[in-house]
Amino acid sequence: MTIWNGPLEKIDEFRWCIPRTDGVIYANEHMVADIRNDKAAEQVANVAMLPGIVGNSLAMPDIHWGYGFPIGGVAATDVDAGGVVSPGGVGFDINCGVRLMRTRLTEDEVKPKLRELVYCLYNDIPAGVGSKGDIKISEKEERKLLVEGAKWVVEHGYGRREDIEYTEENGAIKGADPGSVSSRAYERGKSQSGTLGSGNHFIEVQVVDDIYDQATAEVFGVSKGQVVLMIHSGSRGLGYQVCDEYSKDMIGCLAKYNIEVPDRQLACAPVNSPEGKAYIGAMKCAANYAWANRQCLMHLARGAFEKVFSKGEYDLGLDLIYDVAHNIAKIEKYSIGGKERTLCVHRKGATRAFPPGHPELPAKYQKTGQPVIIPGDMGRNSYLLAGTKKAEETFYSTCHGAGRMMSRSEAVKRARGRSISGELEKKGIIVKSTGRETLAEEMPDAYKDVNEVVGVVMGAGISNKVCRMRPLGAIKG
Amino acid sequence: MVILYYMKRYEQFPHTADIGVRAFGKDIREIFENAAFAMFDIAADLEGLKCDIEERFELAADNSEELLVAWLDELLYRFYTKHIILSRFEITELTDKVLKAKAFGREIGSNRNRLKTEIKAATYSDLAIKKSEGGYLVEIIFDV
Repeated sequence: MTIWNGPLEKIDEFRWCIPRTDGVIYANEHMVADIRNDKAAEQVANVAMLPGIVGNSLAMPDIHWGYGFPIGGVAATDVDAGGVVSPGGVGFDINCGVRLMRTRLTEDEVKPKLRELVYCLYNDIPAGVGSKGDIKISEKEERKLLVEGAKWVVEHGYGRREDIEYTEENGAIKGADPGSVSSRAYERGKSQSGTLGSGNHFIEVQVVDDIYDQATAEVFGVSKGQVVLMIHSGSRGLGYQVCDEYSKDMIGCLAKYNIEVPDRQLACAPVNSPEGKAYIGAMKCAANYAWANRQCLMHLARGAFEKVFSKGEYDLGLDLIYDVAHNIAKIEKYSIGGKERTLCVHRKGATRAFPPGHPELPAKYQKTGQPVIIPGDMGRNSYLLAGTKKAEETFYSTCHGAGRMMSRSEAVKRARGRSISGELEKKGIIVKSTGRETLAEEMPDAYKDVNEVVGVVMGAGISNKVCRMRPLGAIKG
Repeated sequence: MVILYYMKRYEQFPHTADIGVRAFGKDIREIFENAAFAMFDIAADLEGLKCDIEERFELAADNSEELLVAWLDELLYRFYTKHIILSRFEITELTDKVLKAKAFGREIGSNRNRLKTEIKAATYSDLAIKKSEGGYLVEIIFDV
């Protein structure tokens, strides 16, 4: 395996720069050793060469080797100064993201019915390769869904109006252009609305096991011992196809706009070019599809809770805390050197983390800052954080998860002869998965320790810890 | 006397988040066939799969590497939209810019238990077809 032989200079306890480039990696001393083990640092340096980049090419502490951008990469380009948009800076799974739903149930109430709950989620939520969802609509309706996002599915009976308020962009980012989505992308996304997917996508039942910021926890509606549900999924085949087609198209843009990049997967076009605009219009459609998808998944999960606990969703307090993307490019305004500039912020495996008082946050979270949802691995913890003013230095971005440390094939090899589900069950965690090797690939040892990742973003001041969760049960694709 | 050469069709190389595949071939044509086989071998259990469907392909791109990604992505597209597991590949015509091929497989239907890994796409990341001892090889990163 290729490793990073170049230098990494320590800026402070939580920040490292790649000399002679504008690359900065957030990590602690211990993590830097792992970061040197693959090509992620080289990718951070490559991203720093994108035309129109503003400030540094950044990487969050869950950084790992991706394609084009590293996973955990953040880069902002100046839209009015030839700044580019790169499909490789968003990824194939456009608007892969997470949502967190609270319940009024306690761990003691859920424990006796946990197996039943996990099996019910497993039965009712389509997951795994080739699964089909229960929304079957014409291409004409699908075009509406791509513009209206989560609102479309709520209006068709999958959830409630207030869910929309607690979804980033209200579940439908403006400027989605269905005309930029090819019929092949429609075809690939068709029949996949309301499906979980596979790989690292999951639905997890968790219990809040530690609170760090009582006042913010109260606003987010969580307390110690309370059960919550986390959903991790994205835009399924539609998003993959959009990224695929525009990555190809943009290779042609490199010569046209005289752009040089060290890796073809960094192919890009100026945000204001016809190609850049078309990609953004299509990317927004895929993002809306993903918000609609997670909304459907939550609706199905609510149904499972109702069945198992024989109570209605309102009695069970099944309310959405927040839904946030971690693979997306957004047009946002920042004050740079005293001047307001419009930037295209790429977050590839990085979570938006707006500070208190940001106009795009719902009224309820104005004082606390944005809820930031950080999934960990299936055996350890997940976190709920809050956005901070300090994160302006990362274009209001933070980590998105634990970050892989081990390749999937290595994980499968190390899991040979072990029962991952058996090991988890000994810890009281019940897991069901459709894929034969998913559990081995996703085993806890394959990931960095999310506690350490969160320790870095907290230490660097780009997010605040609100509470920590521990897994009780999960379904995987 | 017949000498049977055994050449490994592909191997996986470690990639932290995705799947890295090194496909081998005595010529470029075989690289294309073996890369396709590798992709489906990772996506599904191909052992003993009976092929009763034939799919045809005609693709064009600017160079061999882009043609390879176009080929793999087209195969994935057929897999996800026509729900066919493909397991045998035959390149009938190949230049730097044009590919004609046939692939054989079976409908997923009752073979869902054969599915293993959801591959989202073949990427261009660090993609290069290289000359090697006894033929060619290519390293491709698949997003999963």
